[in-house]
Amino acid sequence: MNDKNKIIAGLVIFFLVLLFPFWFNLIFGAADASTAPEPKLTDKAKEAETCVAETDHMRTEHMQILDQWRDIVVRDGKRVYVAENGKEYEASLSNTCMDCHSNKEEFCDSCHNYTSVDPYCWDCHTYPEETK
Amino acid sequence: MLEKALKGSKTYWIWLLALAVVIAIGFLFYLRQLDFGLGITGMSRDVSWGFYIAQFTFLVGVAASAVMLVLPYYLHDYKTFGKITVIGEFLAVSSVLMCMLFIIVDLGQPMRLLNVIFYPTPNSMLFWDMIVLNGYLFLNIVIGWNVLDAERNGTAPEKWIKPLIYLSIPWAVSIHTVTAFLYCGLPGRGFWLTAVLAPRFLASAFAAGPAFLILLTFIIRKFTKFDAGKQAVQTLAKIVCYAVIANLFFFLCEVFVAIYSQIPEHMAHLQYLFFGMHGHDALVPWMWSSMALMVVAVILLIIPSARRNETTLIFACIFVFIGTWIDKGLGMISGGFVPNPLHEVNEYIPSIQEIIITLGVYATGLLVLTILYKVVTGIKEELAG
Amino acid sequence: MENSRRRFLKTAGVSILGVGAGSMLIGLAPGSTKAAGPGTKAGPSYTHGPEAMKGGRWGMVIDTRKLKDSTCRKMEKACHSIHNVPDHIGKFDKKNHEIKWIWATEFKHAFPGQEVEFLSEKLEHAPVPVLCNHCDNPPCVRACPTKATFKRESDGIVLMDFHRCIGCRFCMAACPYGARSFNFRDPRPAIENENPDFPTRMKGVVEKCNFCAERLAVGKMPACVEVSGGALIFGDLNDPESDVRKLLADEYAIRRKPNLGTFPSVFYIV
Repeated sequence: MNDKNKIIAGLVIFFLVLLFPFWFNLIFGAADASTAPEPKLTDKAKEAETCVAETDHMRTEHMQILDQWRDIVVRDGKRVYVAENGKEYEASLSNTCMDCHSNKEEFCDSCHNYTSVDPYCWDCHTYPEETK
Repeated sequence: MLEKALKGSKTYWIWLLALAVVIAIGFLFYLRQLDFGLGITGMSRDVSWGFYIAQFTFLVGVAASAVMLVLPYYLHDYKTFGKITVIGEFLAVSSVLMCMLFIIVDLGQPMRLLNVIFYPTPNSMLFWDMIVLNGYLFLNIVIGWNVLDAERNGTAPEKWIKPLIYLSIPWAVSIHTVTAFLYCGLPGRGFWLTAVLAPRFLASAFAAGPAFLILLTFIIRKFTKFDAGKQAVQTLAKIVCYAVIANLFFFLCEVFVAIYSQIPEHMAHLQYLFFGMHGHDALVPWMWSSMALMVVAVILLIIPSARRNETTLIFACIFVFIGTWIDKGLGMISGGFVPNPLHEVNEYIPSIQEIIITLGVYATGLLVLTILYKVVTGIKEELAG
Repeated sequence: MENSRRRFLKTAGVSILGVGAGSMLIGLAPGSTKAAGPGTKAGPSYTHGPEAMKGGRWGMVIDTRKLKDSTCRKMEKACHSIHNVPDHIGKFDKKNHEIKWIWATEFKHAFPGQEVEFLSEKLEHAPVPVLCNHCDNPPCVRACPTKATFKRESDGIVLMDFHRCIGCRFCMAACPYGARSFNFRDPRPAIENENPDFPTRMKGVVEKCNFCAERLAVGKMPACVEVSGGALIFGDLNDPESDVRKLLADEYAIRRKPNLGTFPSVFYIV
């Protein structure tokens, strides 16, 4: 087999590419994965105690809730969200969510950066500091 | 089979490299477009479709024209085309690929492309266009590949391929019909609002596609040992001839209806294209050249001695290709948007960046075409040798 | 060898199909949230606000006799500033990127094909405001491949779902009134004073007049109507007692390009 060298070189390249995340993190140091950031609450958010749903639910499902809000507000024109406990909220990211959680950097961005998600909400919707 | 594409002459590799460079440059400009938005093009709120969609329309025609080889061979047992149906099918593959790329580069939010599938909307012609184009791509890859494989092994193609081949014939007609329906079903656009648009699209497609095929067979003959044969080329030339005549005929019907009826909505667009309007006349020389090229081509193709002469035939085919390209790739889309629904004239001229991205897409298509044809000619040479 | 390859290809093909179908189902799932949302046991639900105005088919009558150039300017300004409509011409001098929801033009442009000969100079150049007609049979909705533009069944307003629009601009080709604009670039740099109560758009989506759906939801009249000084009358075309219907009963009003069968909800008294 005179192709031995080629095959070995090919395999090496293949595994290098395959294992990219591991060696990249070994050499350049992984982002600190041990401490997940804790979203900070504003005083107003603390005072309110509950969000539009329970905290655990909000943590895992807020994107689904927002997705549902935007669909129902935009397409059905129903702008009021009646929570499970019967409380009514305006279904609005800028006017309801960001009213309490006015600290976008500490509340939204810290987790989003940690999990490296980049929601494009802010391409169109405003947040408090921005419009100040 | 694909291994045939890995062995080639220096010219072959230089050609591929050149195409890759064009693709890379086009892609860089596409990244720029992704970042900035479609504002880097010459489009506006009045001419909201431009060069990209026009190329898409033209290439759907080139893709559909494969049927001009498939139909005579499989339905009429016209054996002369047997050798080259796969050439037509692979041209269809690369053309449909370019069509899809042109749609994607034309989207404002390409990341949301799959919304067309997540929220299927059968009342939108674009939804159907997606289905017919993908289906046609699939059919031609499967058919072309299997038939070629069978030819290589000296066996008859698989049985299940036959129904697919028969299906591909009406399917080819459907892709261009649906593409015409994108335009001719829109109420406020007098230039497109005509039942003859789909037939006219098909006529110009069956002119442009086979003309390009003739040129391709000459190129293939120059670089490889594969010759499509004189008779096949001559039959194609006759197809081109009558298709151009049909195209011109449909166009003249169009002109008659618009001009004789004197309905401004229908007349204005032709007026803009051929004479200019309110001082805007960027397309006037192009449109007249297009007509002249097609008429000259008809004359060259209809005279037997000129058609049989390879040099004049090559010229005729180039004329047809350029003539129909201007007609569809430049005039058809702009012409429908100018004047706008408020009867204002805002002209469209593609930007340099738009043209570079367009060239990038064309280079991608040519790259795919080259590789596919390399496989075909490699196998044909192997069989002959 | 041949056999195993074939078997592999078959399995691979089937699994690809399976994955494809699976992801399609997952993709389709969010669309069915409505069924799972309100209605299922004591879960959250959605409703209209208390002040929301209700109508079966919103419509507008524009009395061009009462309109002055200055009123039209005011209407354009009110609409465009409330809705964060960017000013690409003023800011970057880019006519091609222009976005407008409502604007004044001349009769011959608003009603091409219905030009009136021998009109006095004054009337010929009198301003005629044009905007989305919120057609009862909208060609743009028919053309949209993703239902990103849709006619709201409850009140007939033709709306845009900016989250869903893929920017194919089929709706712009389909609209016979030139009412739609495209975001050829990020609109934000071209917005003078951003209104925080209304979102901006992002590059690559189509936008147009929304009949102030967001204002109707809180009991306010459309912005242009509010500043029109009585030249624009807004109301429910399905309600025979509404102001618009009363006006339409007493005056000859025309619509733009009625021959196209779009049934505009905007009427003009000329």
